[in-house]
Formats: sequence, C-alpha cells, structure tokens
Amino acid sequence: MEDIITISVEDRDGNIREVEVPTDINLSLMEILKASEHEILATCGGMALCATCHVQIKSGMEGLLAPEDQELDMLDTLPDAEDDSRLACQIHLGNHNDGLAVKIKGALQ
Amino acid sequence: MIKTDICIIGAGPVGLFAVFEAGLLKMRCHLIDVLPQVGGQLSEIYPHKPIYDIPGYPTIKAQELIDRQMEQIAPFKPTFTLGERVEELTKQEDGSYHVVGSDGTVIHCQVVVIAGGLGCFEPRKPELFNLEKYEGKNVHYMVKDPEHFRDKKIVIAGGGDSALDWTVFLADVAKEVTLVHRSESFRGAPDSAEKVYQMAQQGKINLLLSHNLVALQGNGNLEGIQLTNKQKQEMVLPAEHFIPLYGLSPKLGPIADWGLNIDKNAIEVNTLDYSTNVERIYAIGDINTYPGKLKLILCGYHEAALMCQGAFKYVYPDQKLSFKYTTVNGVNAF
Repeated sequence: MEDIITISVEDRDGNIREVEVPTDINLSLMEILKASEHEILATCGGMALCATCHVQIKSGMEGLLAPEDQELDMLDTLPDAEDDSRLACQIHLGNHNDGLAVKIKGALQ
Repeated sequence: MIKTDICIIGAGPVGLFAVFEAGLLKMRCHLIDVLPQVGGQLSEIYPHKPIYDIPGYPTIKAQELIDRQMEQIAPFKPTFTLGERVEELTKQEDGSYHVVGSDGTVIHCQVVVIAGGLGCFEPRKPELFNLEKYEGKNVHYMVKDPEHFRDKKIVIAGGGDSALDWTVFLADVAKEVTLVHRSESFRGAPDSAEKVYQMAQQGKINLLLSHNLVALQGNGNLEGIQLTNKQKQEMVLPAEHFIPLYGLSPKLGPIADWGLNIDKNAIEVNTLDYSTNVERIYAIGDINTYPGKLKLILCGYHEAALMCQGAFKYVYPDQKLSFKYTTVNGVNAF
C-alpha cells in the first residue's frame, strides 16, 4: 500500500518493535507511539511543553524536518538530551520516513 | 472561610465553562488556581496563539477565548482565589469538603471539581546517582535565598535562562561557581550567554561545556560531582552545593495524594458523569483519562456539562434535576 510506512521503535528496555504507520492522516510520532501502546506520558498533549515524549532518533534523522525553536528550547532543558534527541509530538511522518528508527527516552513521572 | 456549592480547582477554559453549566442548574462556584490570573495555559503560555477547533469560531486567539468565557459566566458571579495552590482536601462529617490552599485559604463546598489541566509545573530533576540523598540539604532545584551559598563551592547545571542568570548572580556571592552544560552552546538569552562566556574568560567562574553529570559523591554532606566529558573521560568536581536548573515540567503535585485512581499522571474517571473513584470529587479536562480520551478544550466543555448533572444531587439532595435548554429558558443570573 502506498500510504503506510514501517518504523522501528525501541522501548526503554531495549526491545525493538516494528510499527506500521499510515501517513495520510497526519498523526504525530507521539500519537503513533501512544496508539501502538508504547509507554509514554505525553502529559501536555503535543504542545512541546513537557518533554515526556523525548525520543532518540537512531536512524532516519535526515528525513525529518528540522526542529523549531520551541522544541529546541525544550530539548535544551533536558538533562539527558543528545544531538539526536527530538520530541515525538513535534514530528510528523510522511512516506519518505519509511524505515525511521527511534528509541523512547521520555520520563515516566 | 469561603462557602460555595462547587469548588473548581483550575481556572482554565474547562474550569470556567463548568461555572456556566453549574450556573444553569443554580449551583454556585468558587475557582482556585495556582497561577495569578485566570485562563490556565491559554493565558500563561500561549495567549496569542490562534485556536481553530472551537465551534462557532473559525479562529480565535487563546486569550480572547478566555475573555469571552469570563463574559459568558459573569451572570453566575463566580468567585476566585488566584495564585494559590491547593494542598489538601479534607472530608467533613456530612460528606462535604474543605479545600485547603497553600496560603491557608479554606473553601467549604459540597462538590470538588478538579480541572487542573497539566497540573502544577515543578522543577525537572536529572537522573543522577545519589541525587535524592542530598535533596533539601545540598541539592536545590531553585534559588530561594542566594545568601545560603555565600562563600560556598557551588555547581550549577543547565543551559537555559535561569542557569545562566544564577551563574552570573552567584559568581559574586559564592566562593566558586561552576556551570555545567551538556551541549557546546547556550540557547538562553544571548546577552546572558555572552556574560557567562566573558566571566569564564576572566576566571570569575568555571564553565564546563559538553559535560554530562554522572553521580553525586559525599559522606553525609555533598563533597563532589562526578562528570564525564565528550570523550567519556571521568572527573570529579569538588562541590558543597548543587543547583540543577533544567526548567519546569508539569506534574500532578498534591493531587496525587488524595486517594484518586491515577493512570500515567492523569485521574481516572467514569464517563457517565466524570466522577472519580472518590464520591463528590470529579475531574474534567486535560487532567482526566478514560478510554478514548482526547485532550481537547471541546471535550473538556462536554465533560463539564455532564459533570454538573452528576454533581447536582450533592448540592440539592432533595430536588429532582430537570434539564432545560438555554434557548427555552434563557440564562437566569444569580
């Protein structure tokens, strides 16, 4: 099918699961992670305010739009953020993101 | 003591709309909010952002929505306690509640409605070995009294405005100030960052960029902080006080201690009337959770309307609730 891509998601314990993502309904990566029953809080609901949807991009960073200021400011406050850190709520996936690999890092409390 | 029918914790859009729905059923409301103004995150965080999913408004700015809601509920004369956090709920013998604020305000009510949105913003803690051991003694998530650090060796961590500003300020107070930041540059205000670079060059502070914190060391009192640099080499920085300033993150705060069923930082409710597991306590808006929950203002409004239908029996135990449309009945002010 045209509008479905597959991404790989690693949980906090290192278990990797592949997730099929429809790209025609404009879900954020945070919403995809929640819908696929991965354990994230996403307290603020996608406003880049809480950083509980913090993920590490393991591969496929080049296919993502660059983060905007608000996301960078929030990432900058995180003690455990690295250069490959993003907020899943600010990432929207398209067909060119097939094969994206992420690891969940967001706090659970 | 303030007396009311319903005490609403949180004066955001959903808490405000609950006043309207309660008013239609002749129930009076008092709202209490930790922020100094009404409007919740709409007024505090994004007053100028447009919202596109409010029925009847193709677009409306967040603050304008709050202003209009205040106008809408004015006939029902809600009262407010602002700038005060709710610490405690105490159940009275007759089943009613006292809502107790951090400054000692007490609100007596028949029903408590939690419309707390994201909760309270609290300092974000780094994951560091031994951190808890020194909290309240040598680890400080905010600077309450700079004099506390006079002639001490302190380490500040973080890269935002507050880390930069306190580094500059405390350089003149403390014996030695080291600022540790995990990346190579600062995103905080350019002026403050420039000042920090200058002070580091002049030897007034120590600046460690691209360093990560690993653990706190000490024997009863904090003695040092273990760090790694970009090459993953370890070092120990002598320190008497550690001030991690990593911004704020939303937490439930005292609400978590009220015996309510909580799932992932949200309060579980029955969608029949958005009641919690504790009688007379309801939760509406972003702070609740149930299967299919959507964090939309729109959904919060719906929850407020249904909550009032459930709360009525506690405010008017002897009366039968009759549902009336505003188109038929109008809005009858108090």
